[in-house]
Amino acid sequence: MKAASLIILSVLALILATILLKGLPALNLDMITKTPRGGFYLGKEGGILNAIVGSLYLAGGATLLSLLLSLPIVLYLNVFAGKRSYLAAFTRFSLDVLWGVPSIVYGAFGFTIMLFLGLRASLLGGMIAVTLLVLPIMSRTMDEVMRMVPAELLDASYALGATRVETAFKVMTRQTLPGILTAVLIAFGRGIGDAASVIFTAGFTDHIPGSLLQPAATLPLAIFFQLGTPFPEVQQRAYASALILTIVILFVCVTSRLLIRKSSKNIIK
Amino acid sequence: MESLFHDSRNNAMTFQSHIRVRNLNVHYGREHALKNISLDIPDKKITAIIGPSGCGKTTLLKSFNRLIEPVDGISISGSVCVDGQNIYESGVDVTRIRKKMGLLSQKPYPLPMSIFDNVAYGPRIHGVRSKKALKEIVERNLRMSSLWEEVKDRLNTPASALSIGQQQRLCLARGLAVEPEIILGDEPTSALDPRSSQRIEQRFLELKKNYTIIIVTHILRQARRLADYVVFLYMGKLIEHGPAGEVFENPRQEMTREYIYGVIS
Repeated sequence: MKAASLIILSVLALILATILLKGLPALNLDMITKTPRGGFYLGKEGGILNAIVGSLYLAGGATLLSLLLSLPIVLYLNVFAGKRSYLAAFTRFSLDVLWGVPSIVYGAFGFTIMLFLGLRASLLGGMIAVTLLVLPIMSRTMDEVMRMVPAELLDASYALGATRVETAFKVMTRQTLPGILTAVLIAFGRGIGDAASVIFTAGFTDHIPGSLLQPAATLPLAIFFQLGTPFPEVQQRAYASALILTIVILFVCVTSRLLIRKSSKNIIK
Repeated sequence: MESLFHDSRNNAMTFQSHIRVRNLNVHYGREHALKNISLDIPDKKITAIIGPSGCGKTTLLKSFNRLIEPVDGISISGSVCVDGQNIYESGVDVTRIRKKMGLLSQKPYPLPMSIFDNVAYGPRIHGVRSKKALKEIVERNLRMSSLWEEVKDRLNTPASALSIGQQQRLCLARGLAVEPEIILGDEPTSALDPRSSQRIEQRFLELKKNYTIIIVTHILRQARRLADYVVFLYMGKLIEHGPAGEVFENPRQEMTREYIYGVIS
């Protein structure tokens, strides 16, 4: 068991070492402050600001959309539906199945939705696909936390004459706030790092998207395209991009840990 | 509602009835948890529901404020009248019924918010908005549950930081803040240390001037100390009920006698 834990640690260390060693030499201020200029993919100047901003917009928007859907779902499952509700059991089962669906399928499915809505590859299209991808992850993570809430805590609220809606929003969400934040963090991390779901839906561009209907570049695709070139210096930039993506995720991770600690003080154990 | 009613001994009683239970049957799936219970709970007295574990004490208590609901495979028949209104009739406003009762559970469950917000939770839900009014309500009810002196300087700290005994008194204050008529206690002292239990018991003895109090307890000595009226349940059946003195000193039923003397448990 200890060995297994050490293996997982060394995997993380190796990944970090690889992107640090290969990416750090290519990392400079231009990378994070400039958009690609002509010939960027041939090794000329410019940066990947377009992909950094695109990824943040896209993952941020998708996380928000997903939260707007997940919260009602899990509150329904844990406050409104009875313990023997078939609908609740079926919803949980569906979410589990959706969790396992590969992200390229969401990309393809998102693409058909876009065609249906008459959208082109755009920030909005990418958001829709990524929302579909992270929704089951976010919902089930929240659901697991809410299932642990003792029935007596909700009863205490009902006994004071509170309705289910009041109990859901004033007691359940407060009690599970750290879990909700964790779910949001996991969903954001998953969303910002996924390439397959955005490859058809978000498109790729050298510009920072100015509206929801314009195409958006993303970091995973920037890495993919740069690694695919035959030029060593561009490939090195791919590792630098991976490093930036990792740093973004690390930053989100650390801030949310702090938020979670801060929001835990009211929790009833 | 002045009315005479009969205890299980067929004595005419001069208590005023506050809750009137008639032919109450509760099933959890196939399990028959309460079997045809009919009894009256006297007004402004302490009623103790006693009996061995799993006999339906808590189910009976929770049927009074409809915390058992026809979800999760529970079916309920019969009637429970509070102030003359059958709370299981269709179209009854459950929140109004529950507002009439404060509930103390076995383990205190403060809400995940500050001490102040815990007490203000009920009044806020029922429409009290003014900060001044809320402050006044919080102070009055914390005083009533003898917690005020201990927490008055840290009302905005999380309730979860209080000791278990303090939490239970906070739950009492929270329940009192919605101005109930009835206090329901489900073994309210079982998680507390002796000193805290004693404090809760003292509060009950003072509160019965204004409130009808119903507690579930498996501690016979506690029932003897507090109760004016005793209800003995066994395996979901109502075996005996009557004034505490009579039930304890001179039980009519063999089973009650055996339980009181510790033969069955």
